[in-house]
Amino acid sequence: MATPTDYKWRRDKDGLGVWKHRGKVAIAGLGHSPVDRRWDGVSMDKTLGAYCMLACQKAMDEAGLTVDQIDGIICCDSHIAGPSGGSASKWAPRPYFDPPYDSELGLTLVNGEWLAKNMGMKNVKFAPTKLPTIGEIVGMAAQAVADGLCTNCLMVYPCGNLEGRYRRGGENADDYARGARAWTVPWGNHGGNDFINIFPHNQYCLRYGGKHDDLAPYVINQHKNGMLTPWGFNYNNDVQPITVEDYVTSRYILNPLRIWDCDRPVQAATAYLFTTADRAKDMKQKPVYVLNHSQHNFKQRSTQPDLDEIEMWTDRTAKRMYEGAGLGPKDVDIFNPYDGYSIMSQFFLEAFQWHGVKRGDALKFYAGDISVKGPHPFNSSGGNLGTGRVRSAMYTDAIEQLRGTAGDRQVTVRAETALAAFTTPSSGGGLMLGKHPS
Amino acid sequence: MPKLIPVADELSKPFWDAVNAKRLMLQHCGACNKLQYPPQKTCQVCGGDTITWKEVAGKGHIATYIVIEDGRLNRRMPDQPYNLAMVTLDADPTVNFYSNLPGTPPYKVPVGAPVEVTFEEVAPGQLIHEWRVVG
Repeated sequence: MATPTDYKWRRDKDGLGVWKHRGKVAIAGLGHSPVDRRWDGVSMDKTLGAYCMLACQKAMDEAGLTVDQIDGIICCDSHIAGPSGGSASKWAPRPYFDPPYDSELGLTLVNGEWLAKNMGMKNVKFAPTKLPTIGEIVGMAAQAVADGLCTNCLMVYPCGNLEGRYRRGGENADDYARGARAWTVPWGNHGGNDFINIFPHNQYCLRYGGKHDDLAPYVINQHKNGMLTPWGFNYNNDVQPITVEDYVTSRYILNPLRIWDCDRPVQAATAYLFTTADRAKDMKQKPVYVLNHSQHNFKQRSTQPDLDEIEMWTDRTAKRMYEGAGLGPKDVDIFNPYDGYSIMSQFFLEAFQWHGVKRGDALKFYAGDISVKGPHPFNSSGGNLGTGRVRSAMYTDAIEQLRGTAGDRQVTVRAETALAAFTTPSSGGGLMLGKHPS
Repeated sequence: MPKLIPVADELSKPFWDAVNAKRLMLQHCGACNKLQYPPQKTCQVCGGDTITWKEVAGKGHIATYIVIEDGRLNRRMPDQPYNLAMVTLDADPTVNFYSNLPGTPPYKVPVGAPVEVTFEEVAPGQLIHEWRVVG
C-alpha cells in the first residue's frame, strides 16, 4: 500500500491557470453516517471508525461499487479532537480507555489504512495518512484520481465529539502559555476561528456600516435549510428554526459573537467516491464533475489578522478558484462557503462576488431573499449551522443540487455549477463542481 | 486570577527579557525594513532572515475589541467578562497586540483611542506587556 509523503497535489499558488484535469474527475457517490451529538465512549456501533465504515459503504452503494473496486482511500485522521483540531488537542481525554483496545484507531481516530483493513479492501494502493481537513483533501482526492494514483477513491471525513465541555481541558487548563500561545492566551485568546474572524468582523461593521446582529437573517436561514436536510443533526433532532428574537437575545460567547453564530460539534462521518469522468458514466449516479480544486494557507502579518488581510486573502482565494475553473462570478449557481462561525461567510461571499455582492454588501444581501426557493439561494446547504459540525454539508448539497436530488432544498434557479468549501480566510480549500464536464 | 504565564523559548527570549526590563523590543527585518511581532524565524512579509531586535515606542491605538464572556481558558474564567482589544502600533499599524485594557471597564472601550504600553507581573519575575488608554 503506497503512502507517498512527497506527493505534490495542492493547487495553492496564484496564477496556476485552468486546472489541466478540469472535468476529467467526477464524484459518483456520497454517504453520511448518522449525526450524533457525542460519542458515549461505550457504544461500539457509534464510534468514529464504525461511522466512517458506514459512510464509505453508503458512498460505494450509491455508486454501485464493491470494496474490491476501491483502490484509494483519503481519510482525514486528525479531526476535531486530534492534533489539527486546535490548540487543546488533549481535550476530553478518554478516562474509559481500557483493554482490549490497544489503540484509539477505530474509536476516536481513523485513517485510510485502518479503513482498508477493516473493510476488507484488498486492492487499495493509495492510502496516505496524516492528512489535513476536508477542505483540502477533497482536492487531494480529485488530484490523485487525475494523476492516476488511484481510480476509485473514497474521501472520508470523520468529525468526533466526546463528553465534556468543549475544549476546556488540555492546554486550555494550563497555567502557562507555551510556544505560539504565549502571544495569545495570556490576554484570553484561546485560539480558533472565532477569534481570528470576530475582530475583522467588527472592523467590517465599522468600515461598511451595519451591526453584528444583522447576521440574524443568515443564521436563521441556515437553520431553515438544515431542517430541509434529512441526514443532518437538526433535522433528526427536531431543532426548530430560530427567530430573530431568539437570535438577538441569545447569550454571547465572545461579545458580539453569540451562541447561535457557532456550530454544534457532533459525532459523524462523511464519504465521497471520486473516480474518473469516464468511469463515472457507467456508475449508478449521475456524475458531478470536478472543475477545479484550490487550497491556501496564508501567513498572517502579526498577532491578529485584520480586515485588510482577510479581504486580501479571500480575494486571492476567489481569483485562484475562478482562474482554475475557467469561470467567473456570473457562472456560479450554487455557492456554499463555510459557516462554522457565521461571521466568516460574508468575506467569501463578497470576494467571490456571487450574485454581484461586492465588498460591504453582504449584510444587506442577507436581509433580502436568500431562501432556497428564492432568487439568491445563498448557502443552500444549511452548512454547519444547520446540520451540525460535519463540515461536509457544503459539498453534499453542491453534489445534490447539481444532480437535481436535493429534495426540499432543491433550488429553483439554474444549478449547473457549484462552489463548496470548508475554509477559513487564512487556510483551507474549495472545490468547484459542474453538472457538465466542460 | 492572574493571566497565563508566558514561557520563553530560544526565539522569544530576547522579547521577554526586554519586557521583564519594561522595554518593548520587536524584530526588525533588514531586507524590507518592517517590524515584526510576534517573533518569527524569518520575515513574514518578505521571507528575509536578516532579523535584528529594535526597541520601539509603546504607543498605539485601539482598532476594535470584543468582550470575552464564555472563554475556554481555565485560568481566566474568574475574570469574565473582560475586554480583549486589538491594539495597533503607531510605529507600524500592521503590527498589532492583544490587550485587556487594564483600567477600562468591560464594554466601555473607546475604539480609536490612543494607548500606551504598560507592564504587568503575572508571576514572580515575569512581566507581560499590556496597554492602557491614554488620558
